[in-house]
Amino acid sequence: MLSNSNRIDRRLNGLLLSMVCVTALLLALIVLFLLSEAWPFFANREPDGTWLQLFYRQNWYPLEGQFGMAPMILSSLAVTAGAVSLALPLGLGSAIFLQFYAPPRSAQGFRLLLNVLAGIPSVVFGLWGLTRLVPLITSWQPPGASLLAAIIVLALMILPTIALTSASSLASVPKEMLTGSMALGLRRNTQILHVILPAARAGINSGVLLATARALGETLAVLMVAGNVVQFPSGLFEPVRVLTANIALEMAYAMGDHRASLFASGLLLTLLVWLLSWFAHRVNQVNNREIRGG
Amino acid sequence: MVKTLIRVLLLLSVALNLPIAQANNKSLILTGSSTIAPLAMEIAKRYESQHPGVRIDVQMGGSSRGINDARLGLTDIGMVSRALKPTEQDLTAFLIAMDGIGIILHKSNEVNTLSDAQIIDIYTGKINNWQQLGGSDLPITVVNKAEGRSTLELFLKHFTLKNSQIKAQVVIGENQQGIKTVAGNPNAIGYVSIGTAEYEQTLGTAIKLLPMAGQIATVESVAKGYYPLSRQLNLVVNATPTGLLRRFIDFAQSAEVRDLIDAQFFVAPLKMDSNSG
Repeated sequence: MLSNSNRIDRRLNGLLLSMVCVTALLLALIVLFLLSEAWPFFANREPDGTWLQLFYRQNWYPLEGQFGMAPMILSSLAVTAGAVSLALPLGLGSAIFLQFYAPPRSAQGFRLLLNVLAGIPSVVFGLWGLTRLVPLITSWQPPGASLLAAIIVLALMILPTIALTSASSLASVPKEMLTGSMALGLRRNTQILHVILPAARAGINSGVLLATARALGETLAVLMVAGNVVQFPSGLFEPVRVLTANIALEMAYAMGDHRASLFASGLLLTLLVWLLSWFAHRVNQVNNREIRGG
Repeated sequence: MVKTLIRVLLLLSVALNLPIAQANNKSLILTGSSTIAPLAMEIAKRYESQHPGVRIDVQMGGSSRGINDARLGLTDIGMVSRALKPTEQDLTAFLIAMDGIGIILHKSNEVNTLSDAQIIDIYTGKINNWQQLGGSDLPITVVNKAEGRSTLELFLKHFTLKNSQIKAQVVIGENQQGIKTVAGNPNAIGYVSIGTAEYEQTLGTAIKLLPMAGQIATVESVAKGYYPLSRQLNLVVNATPTGLLRRFIDFAQSAEVRDLIDAQFFVAPLKMDSNSG
């Protein structure tokens, strides 16, 4: 009996291991593909060091030999930071309301609403932004297609991700913590802010990371509302172009070094997401140590 | 067992060969301009329905890719939305339709004509308010196309501009995005395919087409070759076409597909038999 279950365990172990290997291999192949496609760009510019212009030059005219991506890197970061800082308080607030304050029936309705919002395809958000939001901003601050429009559309898109993951990590906090804090006679808001939220911090963090990665990688919706002018994000009403939108706008028509430089920007995006997840991992580690230490 | 194996191997070899163009009489591959692709797909569909057993595959990727693929033999026919350049005379082009680029403004804009010089000044940022052109006191929103698009290429060539000289407030990809952007912004100026713009106008979209050099921007004026900002839509091959290739090109140039050209808001060229070269 025991040996039988051992055998099943071993088989399952092997199966899972091979699945993990396939996943890892896929990721490795994608990175390899990006590297090989981007290679001509670096190889042609490595001897004189001009490939570094990707990071510090501000002019993007690939057909005229100018490959500065600095404005687009900063725009990507600005749009993402703006969207997350708008969606985080809203999402976290929604999660707390959902978990602790909402009457059961309206909580159900609200959760359904968030699920529907999460299921809307990005092209629909983009179309709404292009035909409703952008004209609205135009009538106030032309040209309308701007950093602000991109931030609002993206914030709407990642809001359900943050709200739903936060709600489920709040729900998974052990009941004893809540009952314990009740027994101490703490007020409701103290219970939530100082007991439940810190305990659910890791889950909320990973939800925010997921949302940030989505915001950084979102292409179509941003492409439709951001204006796509290559310049540093100097104001909320200025049009900007993000890295992903640049790839989508130009890839279909790019040849030679232009094409290779677009793959280089894809590599850069992958790197950014990795840095981000490494950072989030570090933050979680430090938090855990603090909790254990305290 | 052996039979099955042979069958599987045959199937595999067919599957592996598919992406490479083959000089057989059963299938054709077209790649290139995303402007021509929808029209080519309709023509291909009609040809397939008239000739059972023939398969025609249409893939997008831009005019430059159409040239490249046709030259390297990666495709049977390249789709190129402009006349061939002097450096591309190793290829042969067959004109199937014309397309014009129209300058569009928001319907409510008081400005009704712009000279070439004024358009250049607007796009280079020397004129940045409609008041300077007799309109209301509103800042101009310049809508430009993304780098690599053939619409941009034609626009730059016509006005002898470089893309780095253009000071745009919005950069767009597809024609539809351009029309929606201008329709949603009373201060905007942009350029898109005339066929698309004329169609949107009949639907009541809030845009208007400007005349160029005294020629009104209509499909008719493009067909007659009067309208200056226009381009050819060509099928390009790298050798004298024979067999299925020849028959398909003849079909695409025949009167049988005229309704398809009209339906895509392109313009049938007046002389259907001429090579555009």
